[in-house]
Amino acid sequence: MPKERLDAGDDIIVCRNVQKWFDDFHVLRGVTITIKKGEVVVICGPSGSGKSTFIRTINRLEEHQEGDIIVDGIELSNDLRNIATIRSEIGMVFQSFNLFPHLTVMQNITLAPIWVRKWPKSQAEERAHHLLERVGIPEQALKFPGQLSGGQQQRVAIARALAMEPKIMLFDEPTSALDPEMIKEVLDVMRQLAGTGITMIVVTHEMGFAREVSDRIVFFDEGQIVEEAAPSEFFANPKEERTKLFLSQILTH
Amino acid sequence: MSGIVPARVRPVATLSWLQWIKKNLVTPWYNALLTLLSLALIVGALRGIISWVFVTADWTPVAESLKLFAVGQYPIGEIWRVGVILAMVSFLMGLSWGAWGGTVRTFAVALGAGFIFLALIPIDLYPGNEDSLDLLLRLGFLLNPALIVGGFLLGRLPAIKSRLILILWLLSFVLTIVLLLGLGGSEVLPRVESGLWGGLLLTFLLALVGIVASFPIGVLLALGRQSSLPVLRIFCTLFIEMVRGVPLVTILFMFSIILPLFLPPEIRIDRVLRAMMAMTFFAAAYMAENVRGGLQAISKGQYEAAKAVGLNGFQTMALIVLPQALRAVIPAIVGQFIALFMDTTLAIIVGLVELLAVAKAVLNSNVQWLLLDKEVYLFVAVVFWIFTYSMSYASRRLERALGVGER
Repeated sequence: MPKERLDAGDDIIVCRNVQKWFDDFHVLRGVTITIKKGEVVVICGPSGSGKSTFIRTINRLEEHQEGDIIVDGIELSNDLRNIATIRSEIGMVFQSFNLFPHLTVMQNITLAPIWVRKWPKSQAEERAHHLLERVGIPEQALKFPGQLSGGQQQRVAIARALAMEPKIMLFDEPTSALDPEMIKEVLDVMRQLAGTGITMIVVTHEMGFAREVSDRIVFFDEGQIVEEAAPSEFFANPKEERTKLFLSQILTH
Repeated sequence: MSGIVPARVRPVATLSWLQWIKKNLVTPWYNALLTLLSLALIVGALRGIISWVFVTADWTPVAESLKLFAVGQYPIGEIWRVGVILAMVSFLMGLSWGAWGGTVRTFAVALGAGFIFLALIPIDLYPGNEDSLDLLLRLGFLLNPALIVGGFLLGRLPAIKSRLILILWLLSFVLTIVLLLGLGGSEVLPRVESGLWGGLLLTFLLALVGIVASFPIGVLLALGRQSSLPVLRIFCTLFIEMVRGVPLVTILFMFSIILPLFLPPEIRIDRVLRAMMAMTFFAAAYMAENVRGGLQAISKGQYEAAKAVGLNGFQTMALIVLPQALRAVIPAIVGQFIALFMDTTLAIIVGLVELLAVAKAVLNSNVQWLLLDKEVYLFVAVVFWIFTYSMSYASRRLERALGVGER
């Protein structure tokens, strides 16, 4: 059991003045943000701005040196039990998929439920089938990741993350490594997912997706949040100069 | 353009073998010349080899010492125990084949074929003794393929679980030692000191224990070397680097001669056991480095995905990282095993008479055989080759079964 669980109310992720250094490089310079349950937040910004590093600190794939991160009332500290509980509530989808190549699709998805949640194999497989249908590839269950296309692999990765019934889904540039034809199939799955009310934080360059699906867009630059607004506001009336510059670069092509 | 060109079946281009020969071996004149030259060389060599093997060579030392080559100085009256062990192994092989199929099948079948071959060879297995003993021996050999098939049929039953089979293998090893050693003062199973064990039996024992024991120890050392705990890391690194820096002979000496000096006189560790420990020690250090190479080949993303999905460190290693790391280094590991199998020949240095030592002893036992060293050493070389090639073949089949290089 985690040491203390504060009453989170509606705020599922609270970050206060999060600072992080990679050796001497100050990558996160005081990030403060509150994310509510069920919100879909898109984080965008130039490369090197710290956006991927930021979402990776939320599930402790990276450690922050100063500041607080509180996920669902649990403080993210060096306490291993806290980290384990927090990780069990968060699912993550990576840019390079990171599927387990020596296991079939079905085994990839059922591995964690069987070994971490101790579900019986039949229950895990049933859930896996259900998830594969949700992401649209039930027929690939017995194939190996190497036999699937990029878009299919990413969808399996999404199913794998969902198998643990997380409250929060983190997406680290999920479509950046995909061919243009496959980007749509993954975004469609993410769109559907957003409609189910799960909290999502997505780091992406797909502005079309951001405009349609997100509740809030956060613009990151040089380790800080420069601007955040609802999509309509963000695209129509960017307030900061840096935001305007970024939008002009990303929306022209 | 007018539209999609439909796909066509690729035109078949097989040549009859006569055409193939003409195309690849004969057509330009220099190919024909090379072919003739190669044929001359091959035929000459083959004729030389065959005539030497079947006509000129005198295989008496080999033919008359088969028992020595097989079990060393194990008393003839007690060789039935080796027979029991072989029967046990055959049965378990068949059981494993039935339960696991696939790669195990090749071994079970090869083992069976080996026994049938032994049962049928036209060499007098028991020279100087009655033919009925020879017949008994051959029948004994034929029993084993039957046991393999019996085990296979039993192994296919769903009641036989993998865990049971693994436990049985473990038990069989213990039983092997008990059977070979015998019990002090017993009439049915009199004690046979390990100093009398020799030949192929001893080679197998040393190699098998070395291989099977060094593998998990090597994996643990490799993981320890990567650990974030400084004491563990330093200990594992020191162990690996010190053992690797020293020849196997030295380690055999250390275990056989120096270790007893440190132990109180009441504790006497059996000579064969000491040699087994030395081989395990040695192989584990090299195994650790092979495994470490495999571990380094795993991308960080695999660790991250495992963490993100909630697996703890131990589960990540056992389920995600080690399976991938080990299959990446199967060639290196099996190479290690093959080298270990052949390193057992060094055991003579600590007084153990394994296969090669038996060869030397046989040559020296009879004045007339002193000049027949070619035959004897060739025989030993062929025996070694059969087993090391089997290991190589097994590793290739294993790689294919695990999809190495494909996924």
